[in-house]
Amino acid sequence: MRTQLSDGLIKLANKNNKMIFLTGDLGFMALEKLREKLREKFINAGIAEQNMIGVAAGMASEGFIPWVYSIAPFCYARPFEQIRNDVSFHNLPVKLLGNGGGYGYGVMGATHHAIEDYGVLLTLNNFKVFIPCFNEDIYPILKLSNSNEKPTYIRLGYDESDDGYIPPKYETWRQLTIGDGPVIIVTGPIATTYIKAFGEIEKKKRPNLWILGELPILEDSLPKFLIEQINSTKNLFVIEEHVAQGGIGSQISLVLIKNNISVKSFTHLFATSHHLDKSGSQKYLRKKSGIDLNNVLSRL
Amino acid sequence: MLNIFNRWGINIKKIIKSAKKRLLKMHFESGVGHIGGNLSCIDTLIVLFHKLISSKDKFILSKGHSAGSLYVALWSIGILKDSDLITFHQDDTLLAGHPLPNKIKNISFATGSLGHGLSLSAGIALSKKIKSTKGQVFCLTSDGEWQEGSTWEALIFSCHHNLDNLTIIVDQNNLQGFGSTNDIASLSPLSKIINGFDIEVITINGHSPEEILSSLKKKQNKCRIIILETIKGNGVSFMENKMEWHYLPINKDQYNQAIKEVDKS
Repeated sequence: MRTQLSDGLIKLANKNNKMIFLTGDLGFMALEKLREKLREKFINAGIAEQNMIGVAAGMASEGFIPWVYSIAPFCYARPFEQIRNDVSFHNLPVKLLGNGGGYGYGVMGATHHAIEDYGVLLTLNNFKVFIPCFNEDIYPILKLSNSNEKPTYIRLGYDESDDGYIPPKYETWRQLTIGDGPVIIVTGPIATTYIKAFGEIEKKKRPNLWILGELPILEDSLPKFLIEQINSTKNLFVIEEHVAQGGIGSQISLVLIKNNISVKSFTHLFATSHHLDKSGSQKYLRKKSGIDLNNVLSRL
Repeated sequence: MLNIFNRWGINIKKIIKSAKKRLLKMHFESGVGHIGGNLSCIDTLIVLFHKLISSKDKFILSKGHSAGSLYVALWSIGILKDSDLITFHQDDTLLAGHPLPNKIKNISFATGSLGHGLSLSAGIALSKKIKSTKGQVFCLTSDGEWQEGSTWEALIFSCHHNLDNLTIIVDQNNLQGFGSTNDIASLSPLSKIINGFDIEVITINGHSPEEILSSLKKKQNKCRIIILETIKGNGVSFMENKMEWHYLPINKDQYNQAIKEVDKS
């Protein structure tokens, strides 16, 4: 998604001169064109993330819209107090771009994983989170983030959908497969690893796969069609590449209860841990957590 | 120096005296501590707000525990009123022990956790340079605050970006929360350590309005740091250089004595 990110920001910069881009010394082979475009407004803040967020807050207070890029945990975990005090307390439009959401950095090791990112950030005042699923989601999400005037986190990942697959246009809620099977709500690009296999399941058993692109979930935001499907199947799965605490599993449960929607069966699959003993690829770590395609299919 | 003193010295000294008395009253009435570190920087705050800061400039109080001095300085230029100051530290107040993000004029950020203000100031200073807008950014830090890694991150950034519109002021009163800075994590002398950076370093008497003004008014060619040699609890004999006045509130007798001493000074 980094190419789409760079292209999307260049497009936005053509329309808006308030953009500032700060990177924590990352972006090699991805952000060179953006650097060329923004010139003095592209700031490599060095390996100093606390300062980078504080500087971004200062610049936002002067009318700029700073986009702050790093490997996800370096972007939200290292400078958390700066995000809380300097950005969120003042409701400043600082846009955090966390690359490698979930187990995205795979065998690079647990220090690079981001499996508690949106849970942590959603505890803060005013925060919006976007979780693109497809490469095509990036530009619409950048546009929404650019105009929402709020502190925002965008969790970037890897779109694994098949070549030629045309995703539906970005919306907060989108349905990717339709059938008479259970309802499965997923956030993030892990959903792209399910689409093809779900499509091949006979209609009678095929899941209704929904992806959620924006957090927090507003109480009245559930699409009518989704509610109808939950009411008719009473069988709901929620899958996320994030720990259970603070994840969408609990957020969705709360929204369902507040809307008087009940289910007979609720299955929550999530990132079970950082898997600190042995590491591996994103695929390997998803499997260890039981959020890989094979495990999902076996649970249907 | 003499000229400056003749032109405004007596007046500013009177203002400082009145501000100190108002600060002591506010802290006495609210039963709140942090007086020592307020008295060490109040001279500078008064000089800044009465003689230097215009609408184009920004001031960031990185040492948020000296909010009392900032509130009183803003009172002295009419931004806050007596009716505001009497709410200090009370329920439903705009004036908490450390500044709130409630957009009082000249309080741009909620500070209090140390090590934040210099990055915020650097962001503002860099913005001004990119926008080619005039104005100076003043950031007041404590000396203990230089134990925070983020302060050094911000210093590296400020020097690298040649923020010649940023003045960093250090209230070097040599005492922190639970001992002296030299006994806890010495950076002494801070000026010598910082001299290794590409920055102008000036050390002055932080209780001399003349030195404060002349150093702050001096044209700068690069990022600048002014180290104020100060006394914690300055002007009140039983508080001076006593660590406990970082925290303690004052009782009635102590308050009366403190006011007498400030009056006589």
